Amino acid sequence: MELLKRQEDWKITYTHALGETASWFYVQIRDHAKIYGKRDARSGRVLVPPRAFSDQTLEPTTDWVEVGPGGVIEAFTIVYDKFNNLPDPPYAFGYVMLDGADTALGGFFKGVELANGEEASKRLAIGTRVVTRFAEKRTGDVLDFWFEPAAS
Amino acid sequence: MTGRVGIIGIGQSNFQPRRNDASYPDLVREAVVIAMRDAGLDFDDIQAVVYSLSPDAMVGIGNAERLGVDAVGGRNKRFLRINTGGATGISSVITAWTHVASGACDVVLTAGADKVGECGDSQTVLNKIWDPIYERSLPLGTINMLAMSAVRYAHKYGMTQEDMARVVAKNRRHASKNPHAHLRKETTIEEVMASRMVSWPVKLFDCCPQSSGGCAMVLASERYIKQRGLEAVWITGLAHSSETYYLGDRMGRGFTADHADAHALGASFRKSFRMSGIKDARKEVHVAELYAPFSNTEFHSIEAAGLADIGTSPAMLREGAFALGTNAGAVVNPSGGVLCTNAIAVTAMVRIAEAALQVWGRAGERQVKGARVGIASGNGGDHQFFGTMVVEA
Repeated sequence: MELLKRQEDWKITYTHALGETASWFYVQIRDHAKIYGKRDARSGRVLVPPRAFSDQTLEPTTDWVEVGPGGVIEAFTIVYDKFNNLPDPPYAFGYVMLDGADTALGGFFKGVELANGEEASKRLAIGTRVVTRFAEKRTGDVLDFWFEPAAS
Repeated sequence: MTGRVGIIGIGQSNFQPRRNDASYPDLVREAVVIAMRDAGLDFDDIQAVVYSLSPDAMVGIGNAERLGVDAVGGRNKRFLRINTGGATGISSVITAWTHVASGACDVVLTAGADKVGECGDSQTVLNKIWDPIYERSLPLGTINMLAMSAVRYAHKYGMTQEDMARVVAKNRRHASKNPHAHLRKETTIEEVMASRMVSWPVKLFDCCPQSSGGCAMVLASERYIKQRGLEAVWITGLAHSSETYYLGDRMGRGFTADHADAHALGASFRKSFRMSGIKDARKEVHVAELYAPFSNTEFHSIEAAGLADIGTSPAMLREGAFALGTNAGAVVNPSGGVLCTNAIAVTAMVRIAEAALQVWGRAGERQVKGARVGIASGNGGDHQFFGTMVVEA
């Protein structure tokens, strides 16, 4: 028998409030090209991105600590497939522990030729030193910055 | 708690990429009818229904449990929807168990279905599970999240891409013997290695498919099972455990759980084993149905289940462990696992269903000879919510 189908498209708009902690963090990135974490006083760990409270001690975080711009790669992947509504491949992104931080911050990796995965994965290996670069025009988002392998 | 809780009925679809012949509730009903027939009960015998449904956007119906309530015969009954992402199916069975173990009910049905193939944008849906403040702007999805786990696992323990491909070859061989599996064509390490790179180091054949189908199970109290003279296998251990949210907190310095591993899954298995009295999983477990949607994640799941020391399961697989026919310990994913079938809302329920069929001796061509103790797991969220279970004959 003839089986019918029906196509649907959800377009839903949200306006998310970022709250005090993330707002302050993004204003520093937007206006000063600086990245800050927040310290969990009980454990001494600096959480980046900053959270209002520690997921481990469950205590409120206290002082702001500037971190980076250098750091080390903790995780990466290089995407070679196209997914709807996601960037055109290839692109590399992952997580970097910035100097002075205890957790890793997500961001894109640039400045690495991605065509050959084997080669690119060596340049992005865990433990590789990177430096944070900031866009000229910044809006207050994680896309305002990216990481590049540090000149060796 | 009075007495044990048994599994008395199991139903699952023959999973496929699409089911154009069946609407979403039709698919739920398909599994429910099989499970009810298997249990030999009428809908009037069912006292509560636990509804297994992960993110709504995957089926494209907001709170689709409203639509599914008729398919599970929910009228005039207790009804509860469960969602822990990929762990939903095992969380649903654990919730059904809770209804019986507490003494609140004697007979409980749990069921659900998914039509992942109808969503043209599944990685868009999965990108939306991330925090809109710090992480959503990045192209995060489940594939690249677990590709980063592969990168860390390979860095720590030396896993190769061939090791990952070996998992695929094993599971596809198993799935070829399972009429319910979606991907049933056997493959080779060479074919997996030649498949296109999706998210380094994960290739197309290292990824689970998008499956459509349903699963249902009926649980009952030991008292009810004995009074009615029913056949059953027994749930002897279970637990849940969770990780905190941010991926970047599972790396760096002073972290609790490494994103390479499955820390909370290990904690959950240890709790389950304590409850069931298992002291050494390697000696006592015969069959394991572990939630691993990408080939690399089967390794850290095997280790979290205590079937191998941390970082050693790739070498054990190279030597022939975990495959049907092995004489050295538990067989892992004789159904073909999530790698061959993933209807997200019920995938973790299928893990229990398959482990139960194995210890029941009803697993057909994929039967692990003499299996009496089986384990199952489910993982959900951003590698965050874990459920585990022990089933015994």
